[in-house]
Amino acid sequence: MRVSAAMFRRPWLRAVLLLSGPGAWFVLIYLAALVVLFVSALWTVEPFTGKLIHHWTLGNFETLVKVPVYRTIALRTIGIAAAVTVTDAILALPFAFFAVRIAPPRLRSALFVAVLIPLWSSYLVRVYVWRLILSNGGVLNWTLEKLGVGAINIGYTNWAIWIVFSYIWLPFMILPVWAAMERVPDSLLEASADLGARGWRTFRSVLFPLIVPGIAAGSIFTFSLTLGDFITPTLVGGAGSDFIGNVVYQNVGVANNVPFAAAFAVVPLVIMGLYLALARRLGAFEAL
Amino acid sequence: MTLRKIDWALGAVLAALAITVTACGSSSSSSSSSSLPTKIGAGEGQLNLIAWEGYAQPEWVKPFERQTGCVVHAKYAGSSDEMVALMRQGGGQYDLVSASGDASLRLIRGGDVKPVNVELVPEWKNFIPQLQSPVHNTVEGKHYGISLQWGPNILLYNTKLVHPAPTSWSAIYSAKYRGQITVPNNPIQIADAALYLSKKDPSLGISDPYELTEPQLNAAVKLLKEQRPLIKKYWALASDEIELFKNGDATIGAAWPYQLSTLLADKAPVTALIPEEGATGWADTWMLSAHAPHPNCAYKWLDYITTPKVQAQQAVSYGETPVNKLACAEMERIQKGSCPIYHANAPAAYFNTIKFWKTPISKCDNGENNCMDYSAWQQKWTEVTG
Repeated sequence: MRVSAAMFRRPWLRAVLLLSGPGAWFVLIYLAALVVLFVSALWTVEPFTGKLIHHWTLGNFETLVKVPVYRTIALRTIGIAAAVTVTDAILALPFAFFAVRIAPPRLRSALFVAVLIPLWSSYLVRVYVWRLILSNGGVLNWTLEKLGVGAINIGYTNWAIWIVFSYIWLPFMILPVWAAMERVPDSLLEASADLGARGWRTFRSVLFPLIVPGIAAGSIFTFSLTLGDFITPTLVGGAGSDFIGNVVYQNVGVANNVPFAAAFAVVPLVIMGLYLALARRLGAFEAL
Repeated sequence: MTLRKIDWALGAVLAALAITVTACGSSSSSSSSSSLPTKIGAGEGQLNLIAWEGYAQPEWVKPFERQTGCVVHAKYAGSSDEMVALMRQGGGQYDLVSASGDASLRLIRGGDVKPVNVELVPEWKNFIPQLQSPVHNTVEGKHYGISLQWGPNILLYNTKLVHPAPTSWSAIYSAKYRGQITVPNNPIQIADAALYLSKKDPSLGISDPYELTEPQLNAAVKLLKEQRPLIKKYWALASDEIELFKNGDATIGAAWPYQLSTLLADKAPVTALIPEEGATGWADTWMLSAHAPHPNCAYKWLDYITTPKVQAQQAVSYGETPVNKLACAEMERIQKGSCPIYHANAPAAYFNTIKFWKTPISKCDNGENNCMDYSAWQQKWTEVTG
């Protein structure tokens, strides 16, 4: 009784007790990991024995800036992440529009399940399937040859990476856009029609501005997931398909140069920070 | 997020930073020097290996498990660098690593492996003399492992699609095969380019493909950068290359004999050769981890894997040359004619034609200090492939 009375008189005490567990977790596990990342980026490795040298230096960041290949890799990663985001937004918009505004309820549930079902299967399986589809003797080339178009060789290229990422992250774009679409009241669209606006005009001036937060929210997923991935580039990419994640992976798992990997890992962190700031201005956090 | 919350988060980051920085002031290192065991004790029931793909086939692993009760867990690595990284980062769980010559010295210097007693491996006496105490695994008379097998890196091609049959490494630098070439994603691949250049352009003065001065390294890197647009994929695992050849995505490339024998077993139209420039190659050593949790099982494995029969099984399965001289007869028993094919009967002369992988270091053989070390190789390789 005493305790609850004390809590009642001091509401902040209750809040402290409630939040101390998750708070400690957040600071110790999450933030500390980030800090260790930053700190180790300032160390170096003895090349022959592979021992860490705990001596502060900005050498890793200097290499990142000075050696052009790392700029190429960073730009490739950002470029493909942006392309994937745009592609998914373009695919998700009409799909969500049809599902929410046009489809009858039963078809609508079926579509919802269809969006979610791929998420039940393993990521690797879905990527490997695409590798089989896009390879030289694969389904795509076989179909194109039957159609008389002639084979195209996009297996193991950046095109393949773009297609596979766009496919894999599409549900993460559809769901927030779907939710945003559902939240738009019918009355607004009716009002727009009453005032004489045709379909396109209503879409552009009424519907689209209202679902921008949904697109922004979805883009956080598609952009950040692509930005941090290294498995798809390894499996379906060809020569010159390395992502930031691949360089990080090679430096940790192959070259044993953890400090340099940490330094490069800071790059997507900064990019995501800027992206989140932008997404926030577009109202993405309200749409989540 | 309001501005105040952001401030709070920033404060938390800074506080955590301060704690970590003070905690990370210094590091301690410990070295262990244990005396060699004089007999093999009872097995621990388990053995954890880091191995090349194809080095832990059920064909010889299963009988070992039955004989000794040591259950084998093998982790495949795709490159020497990966083996070194696995030994350093997960060193506590692995017992043995099948390190090639470009990894073994790095492991010894890094203190990741420890000496073994060759007296406990009776077959060691029957090894070819070159691989009893080679410089890549024996330092100051201490044996840091037992030699295993050796062989060349070969030029693999599709016999239906590649005409005429190539005789030179120039084929994998030729625009004729644009988009059909595959080579390993491995910095040591620079040595293959250097070996080719040493014959094609003698004015560069390359005598050892692993000891390159800066202009020599740059020449090799220039060749590899010209090769990059021709490449379909830099393969990371042997199984990747096998799939590329099966699906017709690649028709020619640098390979190990393992890919050849696997593809041939699948009736793929491929063959391979050692081109006229010669070949780089590997000489592998089973090395004992400094932290091996199952040393008795590890010694049992060394004892078992060097016996003529198992040596022959692995040699025929992978397509490489056993270190045990007595394996020749066993190879003939498994597959007629395999002993001369894999040169198990004439090693001495053949041995010298292969440029074995070794870790590039800044000190050249001629005593000068102007060779490029391995970290420079890695950096250049990223520039080529990235």
